[in-house]
Amino acid sequence: MKIILAVLTSLLLLGGCQSPAPSAAAGEETLYNALGERSGIADIVEDMLYRIVEDPRLADDFRGIDVARFHRQLTDQLCHLSGGPCTYTGRSMEEAHAGMNVTEAQFNAVADHLVLAMETHSVPTGAQNRLLARLVPLHDRIVGH
Amino acid sequence: MTHVRSLASLLVLTLMPGLTVADVGSRLWATGGVTTIEGSAGGGLVPMAVLSGYASDTEWGGTASLSRLTTDGYSFHGAGATVSAFNRVELSVARQTLDLDTLGASLGQDELAQTVYGLKVRAFGDLIYDPLGQWSVGIQHKRNTAEAISNAIGSRDNTGTDVYISGSRLFLAAVGGRNLLINGTLRATRANQTGLLGFGGDRNDDHELMAELSAGLLLNRHWLVGMEYRQKPDNLSFAREQDARDFFVAWFPHRRVSVTAAWVQLGDIAGLSDQQGPFAAIEASF
Repeated sequence: MKIILAVLTSLLLLGGCQSPAPSAAAGEETLYNALGERSGIADIVEDMLYRIVEDPRLADDFRGIDVARFHRQLTDQLCHLSGGPCTYTGRSMEEAHAGMNVTEAQFNAVADHLVLAMETHSVPTGAQNRLLARLVPLHDRIVGH
Repeated sequence: MTHVRSLASLLVLTLMPGLTVADVGSRLWATGGVTTIEGSAGGGLVPMAVLSGYASDTEWGGTASLSRLTTDGYSFHGAGATVSAFNRVELSVARQTLDLDTLGASLGQDELAQTVYGLKVRAFGDLIYDPLGQWSVGIQHKRNTAEAISNAIGSRDNTGTDVYISGSRLFLAAVGGRNLLINGTLRATRANQTGLLGFGGDRNDDHELMAELSAGLLLNRHWLVGMEYRQKPDNLSFAREQDARDFFVAWFPHRRVSVTAAWVQLGDIAGLSDQQGPFAAIEASF
């Protein structure tokens, strides 16, 4: 009984130290390539933006934004996060979402649109998941500020 | 047959566009799991810390499900419904019926049945975004409606209440780029065969702690394969009880629908040895 509990606890707590750190590694190039490099990522982000503006959960918060600039910055950010040779020049996530009171539902909705956009552009499941894993740290910087 | 008909109307209801059913919630695909035979969200046998459906922090939703399991000696039918609000609280009700295909004559009953009322609260954390995972506490109040048999086999009560704590975590891109779902549940219970054979017995009449474990791999957002393990109490000398396990495949063709198939091994049940067989369930989310 105690052993099973210990195994359970360690399995669950293991997560704390298992988040993949976005550091320079051999896998980095692969994810960036799997996303279609910068032009592939730009297409995914464009697709995602079309989905977002049609989504009643999100449309209001995205109304009036500079779409071209948003597209460029998000593309650079995903390019950078996937290990590509890009630099994100926009504001910090905390700053960019300050006062917006982004909800869990909205964060999840955007994540879902990203997944569907990646799927539309034939990004393999493994690469989709690896990109999502790298977006997890953004959650706490975006939601609830 | 009534099962089939209610299922059909259920699917029509939830799939029909333009109906004023609220949009299905925002949480990521398959993160509501499926409905356990006791009604709470989880796998087939083991509840998880996740709440049913897809409701996120500003949403509510729920599920309706039907399940069936046949072994050498028994046929099990389950029907369940849940409502979840704000990714915080889940209410569930499940009706379980066990047809005594083999034992009916000797026990003077055609079937055993119970209703399970469940409440689950997410205490803290998040399945994906919190490194510690998501932790929930739950309670299942069970009312067995086949009084005669419980008395005949020596169980002490026809009602019982389980209390459990579950921790779940989805590890993104954990195995070959696939997402891995791990869940552990610790349950205090005195239920015999989840309560279908009553509660408590001559060998033990107290709540005991039971460990339950489930693990699943999301091959993609539509397919989840995995296994579950569940300890069970062994309270009756009339009917010894072993731990249960199953291997499952769950298919999520749409956010509103899931279909689960499993091979379930339940051990001995009421004297019939090594009961195992195929399990199937279908679920609609709203």
